[in-house]
Amino acid sequence: MYVHGEIWTAKEMFVLPNEFIYWSIQIVMYPFMTGLVAGAFVLSSLYHVFGFTKLKDIARFSLVFSFALLPVAMMPLMLHLSQPLRGINVLMTPHFTSAISAFGIVFLTYACIVASELWFVYRKHFVDTAQALKAKSTRTTGENLRLKLFSVLTLGAWDVSPKALEKDHKAVTVLAAIGIPVACFLHGYAGFIFGSVKANALWMTPLMPVIFICSAVVSGIALCILCYIATMEIRKFLARRKGTAGGLSVEQLKGVEAYEVRTSARYLLIFMILAVTLELLDIIFRGYTAVKSWEILRSVIYEIDFFHIFILQFGLGNLVPFILLLIPRLTVRRAAIASALVLFGVFMMRWNVVIGGQAFSLTFAGFMHYHLPIIPTTWETFREGLAGALLVITTPFVLFYFLNKIFPVFLEEEAH
Amino acid sequence: MKRRDFLKGTAIAVAGASVPLAALDWIDAREAFAARDDLRWIFLVDTHKCVGCGFCVKACKYENNIPQETNATRTWVERYVMTRDGQVHADSPRGANEGFISRAIDRGTAGPLEIADEDITQAFFVPKLCNQCDLPSCVQVCPVGATYKTPDGVVLVDRTWCIGCGYCVMGCPYGVRFFHPIEHVAEKCNFCYHRIHRGESTACATACPFGARKIGNLRDPDDPVTKVVMTQRVGVLKDAFGTKPQVYYLGLNMEVR
Repeated sequence: MYVHGEIWTAKEMFVLPNEFIYWSIQIVMYPFMTGLVAGAFVLSSLYHVFGFTKLKDIARFSLVFSFALLPVAMMPLMLHLSQPLRGINVLMTPHFTSAISAFGIVFLTYACIVASELWFVYRKHFVDTAQALKAKSTRTTGENLRLKLFSVLTLGAWDVSPKALEKDHKAVTVLAAIGIPVACFLHGYAGFIFGSVKANALWMTPLMPVIFICSAVVSGIALCILCYIATMEIRKFLARRKGTAGGLSVEQLKGVEAYEVRTSARYLLIFMILAVTLELLDIIFRGYTAVKSWEILRSVIYEIDFFHIFILQFGLGNLVPFILLLIPRLTVRRAAIASALVLFGVFMMRWNVVIGGQAFSLTFAGFMHYHLPIIPTTWETFREGLAGALLVITTPFVLFYFLNKIFPVFLEEEAH
Repeated sequence: MKRRDFLKGTAIAVAGASVPLAALDWIDAREAFAARDDLRWIFLVDTHKCVGCGFCVKACKYENNIPQETNATRTWVERYVMTRDGQVHADSPRGANEGFISRAIDRGTAGPLEIADEDITQAFFVPKLCNQCDLPSCVQVCPVGATYKTPDGVVLVDRTWCIGCGYCVMGCPYGVRFFHPIEHVAEKCNFCYHRIHRGESTACATACPFGARKIGNLRDPDDPVTKVVMTQRVGVLKDAFGTKPQVYYLGLNMEVR
């Protein structure tokens, strides 16, 4: 009879009997996905709040993508629970001394802000679509359903006069402005969940929420760039076959794509510098102050996890994409490779924090090694294994596909 | 309906629905039962007396329905061996469920370590269990309040409400928590709460043939355990974490982690 965590944990030297890697791949996925949500939203807000008009095209894209990612941020946490059906208890009996509980409240607030912002951005589209469908003399069943859906989505606000639209625009700006601190708070809380665990020597640092916020923005921007490129490539492919896509030729699409990608890449670089600096500062500070726990942390950071931290995270996930983005005349392909590597780097950072933080025993005299379950044989090895992680990763893309039917991300161009 | 009215209505509905039930103060029968000013459970471990037989571990598992073969336990015994070269070797094979049946130090995947008698300078056993802290970090981090501290000082887990997030397991600096292999919720020592309220001792203290484990009441100055805690040099584990543990050790060595 296995106790939770026993299947994937190997113990070395003196480890307490109850110690296992309790927080495994799903808890790696949890801050990773939350980071993508927050990061994508911050990217979209750069246009809405700070008026970075250069990011106009990708701003709408990232807002919808952020919304698609939103339910998935909670998914790893739910999959991780030993009693997933009781997940709702967090909202029924919230304990505000618990970071996870407070996170739930921040998450819901944030979800409301994103949903409202999205509604204001797309209200005109809902009204236009519903009215166009209404005007049709004969409608198919599908069209009737669409009419009902879009009529409901308008929430009874059919006024699309310039004055009303101006108000919508103002509301978007206000919501995006409130959304930025809430998004940062959201991910700060994800960092706080770890940073406040005083029993864990690696996690216990007030820097943890800040480090998490910076890498969240990095991962969010990288994912938006990558997905934007992927979507534009599909559009170019369709344009080649049909002649145009949404009224734009292949050359026009290419131009827009290259411009948006290059601009976003610049913001990505800024946040990357911030994130890496903070992470390195944390390691240097721990080594310099060298409290009692440093001895075991040093052996985890510089020996056991050296490959994961310095080769995969900092090397492949930070340094290589940094160079790729800095070399002049950035191409779309190079930006795509760099973004994918950045995403990998951020994932490894989450991995090294979550798994690395459990790699040593509370005795400071032993180690635990995590073996990710690859082939699922039980429900436990499914949800806490590779299969569960892949399920979490693919879900936002499926959601994005369907959300795009309601909130078309390339609406503006098509209207031209 | 006007948009303004709709938004107003929605805001009121959301605000009303979000008033948490926890904001209302219910009278808890368990709290009322345990709310006695004259009661605070504490535990005394005499490391001089422990021989590492593991009877306590076995008895605890029987008493609290933890399968014997489970590789996690509410209480366990650690063995410490100091050698001439100044090194400290420690282990707790399966929590000492069968006692220490091998002389070799269990080091997991690093393989067993044989130590010659002449190299040993000091050796002793240390039983461990939940410290029933005065400021328990497990209670602080539980997102649903499934783990809570009773007024008489024992930290309990509500098996019907625990969501199994593992935050309390990660938050405990003493590693006493694990997941129950059958119930799939957080599990830990509760000083045999069901026994001590009947006036009995804990299962581990009853099973100990050498009197190395004792439960007492800190608020009773005549309690034999309280007398020891008040008059002798006792230590607690990991004092620096500020959780104020209430399991006191006689003869606690600084090497015990």
